[in-house]
Order: sequence, then structure tokens, then C-alpha cells
Amino acid sequence: MVSSVTMRMSNQGAAEAASQGGSAADQGVGDAFSGVRPDKGVAVKASVENFSFYYGDFKALKSISMPVHEKRVTALIGPSGCGKSTLLRTFNRMHDLYPGNRYEGTIRLHPDNTNLLDPAVDPIEVRMRIGMVFQKPNPFPKSIYENVAYGLRIRGERNRSVIDDRVKEALRGAALWSEVEHRLHDPATALSGGQQQRLCIARCLATEPEVLLFDEPTSALDPIATASIEELVHELRDKVTILIVTHNMQQAARVSDYTAYMYLGELMEFGETNQIFVNPKRKETEDYITGRFG
Amino acid sequence: MKSEDIPSIRKIIRRNKRLELFFAVAGFLALLVGVLTFVALFAQMAWSGWERITPDFFTNFPSRRAGQAGILSAWVGSLLVMLVTALSAVPLGVAAGIYLEEYAPKNLFTDIIEINVTNLAGVPSIVYGLLALGVFVYTFGFGQSILSAGLTLGLLILPVVIVATREAIRSIPLHIREAAYGLGATRWQVTRDHIVPYSLPGILTGVIIGMSRAIGETAPIITIGALTFIAFLPESPIGPEFPWVNFEWLKSGFTVMPIQMFNWTSRPEEAFQQNAAAAGFILVLMTLAMNAVSIWIRYHVRKDIKW
Ligand SMILES: Nc1ncnc2c1ncn2[C@@H]1O[C@H](COP(=O)(O)OP(=O)(O)OP(=O)(O)O)[C@@H](O)[C@H]1O
Ligand SMILES: [Mg+2]
Repeated sequence: MVSSVTMRMSNQGAAEAASQGGSAADQGVGDAFSGVRPDKGVAVKASVENFSFYYGDFKALKSISMPVHEKRVTALIGPSGCGKSTLLRTFNRMHDLYPGNRYEGTIRLHPDNTNLLDPAVDPIEVRMRIGMVFQKPNPFPKSIYENVAYGLRIRGERNRSVIDDRVKEALRGAALWSEVEHRLHDPATALSGGQQQRLCIARCLATEPEVLLFDEPTSALDPIATASIEELVHELRDKVTILIVTHNMQQAARVSDYTAYMYLGELMEFGETNQIFVNPKRKETEDYITGRFG
Repeated sequence: MKSEDIPSIRKIIRRNKRLELFFAVAGFLALLVGVLTFVALFAQMAWSGWERITPDFFTNFPSRRAGQAGILSAWVGSLLVMLVTALSAVPLGVAAGIYLEEYAPKNLFTDIIEINVTNLAGVPSIVYGLLALGVFVYTFGFGQSILSAGLTLGLLILPVVIVATREAIRSIPLHIREAAYGLGATRWQVTRDHIVPYSLPGILTGVIIGMSRAIGETAPIITIGALTFIAFLPESPIGPEFPWVNFEWLKSGFTVMPIQMFNWTSRPEEAFQQNAAAAGFILVLMTLAMNAVSIWIRYHVRKDIKW
């Protein structure tokens, strides 16, 4: 009873946000941004509601509310230290690993309406549903194959041929298959940085998460590797909901459908990427995007 | 800085380099003291014991006649005691280390345990001997046996194993853990699939350092009542029939290499001093061999584990 009320409310909020974005997209500047797919009434995969986060006594995030649209790419941008990683890591309860961290508010995952932050919800369940790719490629010091298979193994998959297929599929999905198909049993750490990052993406994909989180996935990569990761995000967005943190404005514009601009722990502006980049509602957003930010 | 200053810069650099040279020389001399002392001791032992090191020396029991005395019971005793030591200290120490590092909440209680574990490593070994005499020999009724000796030395190196385990676990980067947890692994899965395998080389190195210390220990072993003259071997741990193991040897009396040496050095005859030197030489070789294994592990197992 209670939960169904909250769900209606959150969907309303999401619809509002979507329609705001829609009106901006109507201004006809979509061409500059290949990433943007104007689309009204997209389903909401997750809704952040009045979410605050504390590292001990330090309030790192202040009452954030925003929708995350299903099968769309949402970019989180903002100056260093504004809380992008903190918000992203909340989605798979990474903060639970360290003592002293505290959540306030809710993040609802739809369609089942689970509050990800509910202490009664097992963080392991959350992490099984939501995958994360980190800023620094972090393959396990195991073989390429074992890296991708690991998520399946902890989910209890024992069947060799099923694992083989899923590993192959995930490596294909991460555009790495052709480079590693003959060296699946070589150590993953022997791969280049860009390949390692794609391996980490494959490792996530193999478990078929509902939401994929990327924390500055290309900040350690050269332009070519960056381009291939961006292309990957492009391809993935038809299949999975993506949240991506980036410092690179062009990247946000290229790959995302929605953008959230954060500043000092607050969400300053959220909307369709088109609108945020072409016609930001707030002066601060504009200053940041155009590089006038101090 | 102006170009006229170049001579004065050069002067400063020269002075700095003299200091550097001074430190390099001092450091090298300090190193020499350690290395030369060891080499001198080792060479002297080898020199005086050399002619006693024959196959017979390894296959003979001790004897009243120095020329026929050997170290058979001593080296077999040392090996068996070390086996018990490893089998007791490694599982306990590794489990305790993993628990402290991965599972234990960080509070006053675990802080106190931590400090105490570190302190335990500094407790004189004879104290362990006294403890073991009361606990293993009398209370548990293990007697003056290989089992008691092995467990005593196991206790002695437990802190070393715990500390090595924790250090090894701490050297696993946070981002590797986060990768595993991020996929939905439980704490046990992370421990079993990542923490243990990646910290294994470090743990093994610590175990071997502990074992090299234990193999030379004399005081606690004497305290619990090792024999000094022994002309029999414990029963073989490998049995003739299923299940091919045999635990009788655990209850056997025994001696170990350092006690055999100690026994020989306390005799007046020159020939026994020679025996002691020869046994000492072998004991050092055993220790060096263990260290060689740990170096091998560092190079060959660790090379597959990098971040
Ligand atoms: N473990 C922590 N303990 C205490 N404060 C932290 C911790 N991690 C981050 N913070 C603080 O929280 C704020 C947000 O940090 P966060 O890492 O989310 O920023 P960010 O937007 O990801 O920055 P960047 O772009 O540099 O990665 C910062 O002020 C930071 O100092
Ligand atoms: Mg960050």
C-alpha cells in the first residue's frame, strides 16, 4: 500500500523531468549531439528521491532528486569533488564496504520498486542487479576468461558450456573478442589499459546487470581507447540503463541522453543533454559547460 | 639564477655529493659487518666440520665415539617437528590473520588483540617453552613428544604468520576488492577467490621466515624435555597400509639439530667440537634452503599477481 503510493509519486517526478527535457530538445539543435535521442515518456529505471549522503559527519550529497531513464545514458558532470563518484557508488552500495558512511532518502529501482538504500535490502542483491566499471581498470590477476566468468561463478553457474558462451558473448559485447579470442587463458594484466577497461566492462556485461555504472571509464585511456569505449557505450544503451561520470564535456555531449550537473554536493540541474548543453537553465551550469568555471 | 652563480652552484653540488659519498661508504661498511660476521662464522664451521660431513654422518645415530656419531635422529626429529609446526601454525595463523583483516570490526577490543599479537612476536622463546610444558606436556598429556615440540614452535611462530598474513592482505589494492564486491560477491567469496590466492606468496614467505627461526630454536625445546641422546627413530609417518598415514610418531621422544649441537659442544673432546661444527653447517644449510624456497616463491608465484 505505502510502496504503491511512493511509486506513483516517483513516476510523476520522472515524467516531469522527462517533459522538461523534451521541451528543450524541441529547440532543434539535436544535430550537434549525436548522443541525444529526444524521446518523451521514457520509462524510469531508478528514481533518486531526497538523497543525502554522509562520510562520517561530512555531508557529501545534499538532498538529490533525479530520475534515471531506462535504456538511456545519463551523464553526471561537475567540478572535482562535487560528489559524482559518491552518488554513482551509492547505486551499488559500495559505501557499505567502509565504516561511518550514512545514507538518507531513497533510490528506487523500478519496476519492482525496491529501495536500494533500505538497510533490509542486501547490498549483495543490489550489486547483482547493478554493475560498476571503475575509473582505473581493475582486472583480477587471473586469466582473461576467469575475469569475465567470475560474475557467473559467484551466481552459482557451473555449466562449462554456458559459461563459455556467456564469456564469449560478453567479450563481443565489450568489443574485445577479436583481440583476445586466441589468448583467453593469458593473464588479464598483460592487456593494454584500454583492453583492460573493456575487459572490466565485459566482466560486468556477463552478469547482465539492469544498470551499468561507469566512473570516468576513460580518464586513464588514450584517445583511441577512449573512442572505442564511447562507441561501446553507444551500442550498449539500447540494452541497458547507463550512468556515467565524466569530466569531459564533449564526452558527456557525445554519449549521453540526459545530463545532471552537480556542484558542491547538490544537483544544480538535470535535463536532456541537448537542453543542458545548449540552453542551460542556470548560469552556473552554463559557466561550467563553457569552461568559464573557476 | 644568473650565470655568474654557476661556480657557486657547482660548489654546492660538490659538497652535497661528498655527503652522499660519506653515507654510501658508511652504509656499505655497516652492511659488511653483518655479512662478514656471518661468512666468517659459517666458513669457520665449515672449515672445522668439513671432514665429518660424509654420508655416514647423516645415517648414524649419536654415539659415545665422536668418529661414529651422526645426526640421523636429529635431522629426522627436526623435520618432523617442523612438520607439526607448519601444520599447526599455518592454518591457525592464516585464519586469524584473515579474520582480523577482513572480518573483525575495528574497535577497542580488536585494537587490543592487534597490539598483543605484535607483542607476542617479541616474547622470549623460553617463555613459550614454559607455557608449553604446563599446557601441552602435562595438562593435555602429550608428553615430551614431537607433538608437544611442534605445537610449541607453532605457537612461537604464530604471531609471525599472523602478521605476515595481514601484511600480505593489506597489500591487495582496494580497487581489486571493490571489483569483486561490485560483482555481487559475498565476503567469503572475496576471501576465498581473491584475498587468499593473492596473498599466498606473502603468507608463504612469512611462514618460511617463521620456520627458519623455529628450526634453530633450542631453549623451548629443552624446556619441554627433548632428549639429548637418542638412538632410535620415531615411527614413520607413512604407514604400510591404508590409509597410509600413521600418527604414532607424534608421541615419540625426539631430539633436534640445535640440541644435538648443544650436546656435542658441551663435551670436552675436540672431536665432538668438530661434530658440532659439522651439524651447525648442516643446520645453516637447512635454513638457507628454506629461505631459497621463499625467494623462489617470491619470484615465480608473485610474477603472475600484479595489479
Ligand atoms: N572516503 C571519503 N571520506 C571522506 N570524504 C570523502 C571520501 N570520499 C570522498 N569524500 C569527499 O566527498 C566529496 C565528493 O567526493 P567524490 O569523490 O564523490 O567527488 P567527485 O565528484 O567524484 O570528484 P572527482 O571528479 O575528482 O572524482 C569530496 O569533497 C571528497 O573530499
Ligand atoms: Mg570521482
